[in-house]
Amino acid sequence: MNLTVNGQARTITVEPRTTLLDALRENLGLTGTKKACDRGECGACTVHIDGRRVLSCMTLVAMQEGKNITTIEGLEQNGIFHPLQSAFIEHDGFQCGFCTSGQIMSGVAMIEEVRAGWPSAATTDLAASFSLANLSREEIRERMSGNLCRCACYPNIVDAVADAVARS
Amino acid sequence: MHPFSFSRADDTATAIAAHAVDPHLAFIAGGTDLIGLMKDRAALPERLLDINGLPGMARIEAPPDGGLRIGALARMSDVAANMEVRRRFPVIAEALLFAASGQLRNMASIGGNIMQRTRCAYFRDETDGRCNKRQPGSGCAALHGLNRNHAIFGWSQSCVSTNPSDLAVALTAMDAIVIVRGQAGERRIPFTDFHRLPGNTPERDNVLGRGDLIVAVEVPASAEARASHYHKVRDRASYEFALVSAAVAIAIDGGHIRSARLAMGGVAHKPWRLTAAESGLRGISLDDGDALKSAIAASFSDARPLAHNAFKVELAQRVALRALQTAGART
Repeated sequence: MNLTVNGQARTITVEPRTTLLDALRENLGLTGTKKACDRGECGACTVHIDGRRVLSCMTLVAMQEGKNITTIEGLEQNGIFHPLQSAFIEHDGFQCGFCTSGQIMSGVAMIEEVRAGWPSAATTDLAASFSLANLSREEIRERMSGNLCRCACYPNIVDAVADAVARS
Repeated sequence: MHPFSFSRADDTATAIAAHAVDPHLAFIAGGTDLIGLMKDRAALPERLLDINGLPGMARIEAPPDGGLRIGALARMSDVAANMEVRRRFPVIAEALLFAASGQLRNMASIGGNIMQRTRCAYFRDETDGRCNKRQPGSGCAALHGLNRNHAIFGWSQSCVSTNPSDLAVALTAMDAIVIVRGQAGERRIPFTDFHRLPGNTPERDNVLGRGDLIVAVEVPASAEARASHYHKVRDRASYEFALVSAAVAIAIDGGHIRSARLAMGGVAHKPWRLTAAESGLRGISLDDGDALKSAIAASFSDARPLAHNAFKVELAQRVALRALQTAGART
């Protein structure tokens, strides 16, 4: 089957039961995407499909024919980190680092969701349009709740996301 | 996961015909429930038919009459972000936003959401072996096991599990209609009739059969829709299934309730409509807390808590009251 991964056209041969996560790690050697719970409960395997954040453990690669996949390896451009990657380093947004690629992939797409005006469970007025200016710490925590961090670096992760938004 | 074959459906008629004759074929859309079930060996389809390419089924339509038609392949996040959904039916947008996580909402379809299976730990865990939903006739480990998260209404000796969908609770309150296409054509199933009580056949969650494909959910316009609210109580603040939840919508006349719609999640095998409370609430002032409480209590006289979930009887009534008062503030 054919898909585009981090801007490159790739052709792989897989069994139908292969998840997108296993295809990325085992067939394409992209081990930046982490396999933790493998049940859609932790967010460590978060990647983008056509720009949207998804859990790569809960979808089959066979369902992604022709799709554009972005992983943590594809986030930097010409050797320059994405602003959220830099912010994670500056704000010490990790300890062991196992959840980090998922956190960053989730955060990058989450900021785009906010730009598109999407509300969250922390949004008080659903009938009003939402923008980056409304992205409080509480909003960031709610919108990032699909990414667990066993080292509990949450305050620093929120700082990193808030800083990346402020600088964007 | 076990081995299976995979193909893609191009048109609904062919997909329905394939499903009708093949008991080992399953449709897959978002996959967020089915893939988990397959990993836990609670579903072992031999063939998967990917329906994501079916044309026109992801549309969200907001007709001028004030209702909604949501295609079965629309994603939870797109429905929750839709401004017409947010303005016309806050209860639906909230039920979606309080469910799962940003990533899962981007994947999960509306049809799949209302098809999702129980989170009962004995159903999800293949090592126990006693689950009538997983293996009919094997017993119910939860009936005399750890049943804090289980039903207080409508359960049977065969199954005490609850339905985990938040959206289904909101759709029950709003009298939505499930549009199903089968080999004999299209039929419209009122939401309250879509899910089943367990009885002696808990392996069947809903009334769908072979060759049935959900194509859309319709939500009729109603006087109560705008003043609606979904209130969810759970063990952590986000990204968790409901312990108890309430979907409420009300119409007010001079400070008094003209009509109310109430449905609850986390209390039964299907979303639980509080019909006795709905009739008792008519004419009551929103400021009369005691009258509101006793009207709600009328729907709890037949509650049958299990060993570990008696707290749900009181909690559910408080959640219903809170949801009613919050919806009331929106009138």
